[in-house]
Amino acid sequence: MSQDTLFDKVWDLHKVSNLPGGSDQIFIGLHLIHEVTSPQAFGALKDKNLKVKFPNRTVATVDHIVPTDNQSRPFKDNLAEQMISTLEKNCLQHKIRFFNIGSGNQGIVHVVAPELGLTQPGMTIACGDSHTSTHGAFGSIAFGIGTSQVRDVLATQTIAMNKLKVRQIWCENQLSNGVYAKDLVLHIINKLGVKAGVGFAYEFAGPAINALSMEERMTICNMSIEGGARCGYINPDEKTYSYLKNKLCAPKNEHWNKALAWWKSLKSDENSIYDDVVKLDASKIEPTVTWGITPGQSVGINQQIPLLDDLSPNDKLVAEEAYEYMSFKPGQSIKNTPVEVCFIGSCTNGRISDLRVATEVLKGKKVSKNVKAFVVPGSEQVASEAKQEGLDKIFKDSGFQWREPGCSMCLAMNSDKLIGNQVSASSSNRNFKGRQGSPSGRTLLMSPAMVAAAAINGKVSDVREFIN
Amino acid sequence: MQSAFTPPSGKISQINGQCISLIGNDIDTDRIIPARFLKCVDFDSLGESVFEDDRKTLKGKHPFDLKENKKASILIVNSNFGCGSSREHAPQALMRWGIKAIIGESFADIFYSNCIAIGIPCFTLPKNSIQKIQKYEDNKFLFLEIDLKNSIAKSKDLNFNLEIKESSRKMFLSGEWDATSTLLANENLIENKLNDLPYLKFNNHLL
Ligand code: SF4
Repeated sequence: MSQDTLFDKVWDLHKVSNLPGGSDQIFIGLHLIHEVTSPQAFGALKDKNLKVKFPNRTVATVDHIVPTDNQSRPFKDNLAEQMISTLEKNCLQHKIRFFNIGSGNQGIVHVVAPELGLTQPGMTIACGDSHTSTHGAFGSIAFGIGTSQVRDVLATQTIAMNKLKVRQIWCENQLSNGVYAKDLVLHIINKLGVKAGVGFAYEFAGPAINALSMEERMTICNMSIEGGARCGYINPDEKTYSYLKNKLCAPKNEHWNKALAWWKSLKSDENSIYDDVVKLDASKIEPTVTWGITPGQSVGINQQIPLLDDLSPNDKLVAEEAYEYMSFKPGQSIKNTPVEVCFIGSCTNGRISDLRVATEVLKGKKVSKNVKAFVVPGSEQVASEAKQEGLDKIFKDSGFQWREPGCSMCLAMNSDKLIGNQVSASSSNRNFKGRQGSPSGRTLLMSPAMVAAAAINGKVSDVREFIN
Repeated sequence: MQSAFTPPSGKISQINGQCISLIGNDIDTDRIIPARFLKCVDFDSLGESVFEDDRKTLKGKHPFDLKENKKASILIVNSNFGCGSSREHAPQALMRWGIKAIIGESFADIFYSNCIAIGIPCFTLPKNSIQKIQKYEDNKFLFLEIDLKNSIAKSKDLNFNLEIKESSRKMFLSGEWDATSTLLANENLIENKLNDLPYLKFNNHLL
């Protein structure tokens, strides 16, 4: 059993009681909600005649269903309109702060909460969304929950949960040029597998992690769930504190000093005990691309799609399904695979630094004629910062469509969808069958820089050939 | 698909039913219920859309479309079932189709806790036992009687010792799997915790 890790400390601090069944009752410091997983929870409160216990500990935004071409209301899609108005109504009725479209602070929930300074070290954070693990980048313990648990948090500010084990993933050395946080996390998931994290929280640590910016750390923690870990985190440091300074909802003045003192006391002890430790060398990682239907099925850009015999017996079943669905041949190289759609966005890689990296590749170049490319900023703040820096112009000049903020083609609940069996190069986090809106659509996950390179060449390319 | 749907409630100690096998590892929640069906403000109509895209691809041959499985209520799966999104719509869709319990090699964390929260016990068995059931199902119906008290499942000619988290098992037996009221019973402790947490003091602008 782990001891004295940040996870243990934050868990113990938030433990309210031992429940009769043996699980723990955990207080949730910050609850984030959005339009897709909350309406049924509010409905259940109503059925049970319950109130929202601490409305100020819940914050809402709208992201999954919003159109990114035309956001004027009512939305063209009636169901989407119904969902946003239900959220508006619920927030109004229960006095929940709602960052709506046009507020300047709307966006993907996992992009918005950090940039508002809501996400802070030492908190427990829950949201009806699996990528809540993102917030662990700040040294908070953050996990996705389902709608019944959203109901529980609204009604009680607590949930019933079994304590997770802790695995430290120690990343030695530094990422090399042209290799990004996305490549690192895809590599980790490939090495450990998509279910290795079940029952675990992942602590990412080591020189390669320390060297990452806060936004890159969010990319890493974001995808913990793709490795099966409901929660991923990084011990807070100077980068964490300076990111938070002066953010809208971060502590101010004398509160800031108190916060800082407390945050500095929060990290895994040097001799803390982990349930498991895994070490890897970040300098050996290449730009990484998925070829299959799980985020664990990836290869380095210069490698071949694995042969069935190269895989462990457990991985063979899904590999066979993937070859067929993706129409890839085992042993085929991933490089030069033609792509038809390029998507930059999502809570994994839709932040300002992601847009900057992509424009460095795109500057002065044109998107291939065969490619439909579009960029969806992660939030209104990201969009406005990008415009100030002229990034929108670089995108548009190169042939990318510049869109309004939202989840968009990460899960295709709006009108941005793949058609037929189109292949997309995507900076998002899931390559599941049908994920991007077409039941036969095919998704190749990669870093935003790699998506930009693929857009220019019309095929999967090594971004290092563009930036060196 | 079963027509009149009544959600489970109270103590759950025994589940008897016909098994339905679904073969495959890492079957994610996007496959169980594709994102377009998440555009809803209640769960009522999800049952018919469960596995919609997989079913369309298999043109009537998907286990959830086979006539002989129509009355099945115990789902048999392989490893990492329910990975991906936290959407409770996935177990809700399965439940509304008629699934009352799931037995598999392993489950994704959030999917597992969603199932518990809505009253679907999830049990694990080693790979060879799951394969045995799946093989058996190739040519015969399998009716299992699941006894939560003793964590066993038996049929005419098969017997299994099921694994389930002890906390989940207890909650089903006591009827406390619907957690809200149990959590609310500790109202004072919750208030105390709110007052104790260091960061709520320097984030008091939120309160
Ligand atoms: S961007 Fe994608 S993964 Fe992130 S919250 Fe939206 S739909 Fe989920």
